[in-house]
Amino acid sequence: MSDHKAHSEAAHVKIYMMVFGALMVLTIVTVLVSYLHLPPALGILIGLAIATTKASLVATFFMHLKWERRLIYGLLGLTVFFMIVLFAVPIVDNHGLKPNIIHYDQPAAEEAHH
Amino acid sequence: MSTATMEHAPVESTGIPNGKLGTWLFLASEVMLFATLFTSYIVLRVAAPSWPRGWDVLNVPLATLNTFILITSSVTIVMAHAKVLEKDKAGFRRYMFFTLLLSFGFLIVKSFEYASKFQHHHYPATSIFYAIYFTTTGLHGIHVIGGILFNAGLMIWGAGDGWEDPLFAGRVEYAGLYWHFVDIVWIFLFPALYLL
Repeated sequence: MSDHKAHSEAAHVKIYMMVFGALMVLTIVTVLVSYLHLPPALGILIGLAIATTKASLVATFFMHLKWERRLIYGLLGLTVFFMIVLFAVPIVDNHGLKPNIIHYDQPAAEEAHH
Repeated sequence: MSTATMEHAPVESTGIPNGKLGTWLFLASEVMLFATLFTSYIVLRVAAPSWPRGWDVLNVPLATLNTFILITSSVTIVMAHAKVLEKDKAGFRRYMFFTLLLSFGFLIVKSFEYASKFQHHHYPATSIFYAIYFTTTGLHGIHVIGGILFNAGLMIWGAGDGWEDPLFAGRVEYAGLYWHFVDIVWIFLFPALYLL
């Protein structure tokens, strides 16, 4: 039993190291891409795609989700659903929100050095 | 590929230990907390007449260094848990020590960043951008400090009678789950604030 566990741990350690390498490479890629100063829409798309990939790698392997039970998957599915609702509501209603959020005479960060 | 699960005292009705379920429920609430801040960030940024590019006002090299530090600490804490399963006490202590060292490293780098902002009189009240920057990175920093406290506690407990406790391996795993979550938050904060 404990032998079997130790053996499967050795297999896991190999995976952890591969994930580590992938995370480092993806970090370098996302920083390099940012230096290209791409148009915002494209930059955000690539930045978000890389971040999501990195987060998925961490959750799948480091957080053991690959080997997890269905109850946890269900819990996370519910969390993701409500997270999407949370993101969607203010974005969908952005038209109504926008005039009320920011006073247009307020300085943005660049002009804020007094 | 082995599909062996790493479980400790699973409860019959759920098939998983209570501690693990509790940790995931806690993390679910944490996801909602940070998602609220990210939503605020999106709404405010879209509404703002102008928004600074992260690389113009923030220190990208320092934040990149911190990303490397945090990712490495995720690896060391997962290794600390692997060492517990292998019953390797010295290995556990070594990897947990590295995790703590890296966590402090992250905070030190972050404090240099904050100090330089304050020197230039950039405070949360300076602009909406800095309000978002300090709120999100500050809350993340508090999470790092919380992780340090729990991980240090585990190290002390593991040095004493904790090592023989049947709950020990589970607690190290849950500490890891939390720490990886803190890593994931930073994985999104880093591009959102510095690179976009």
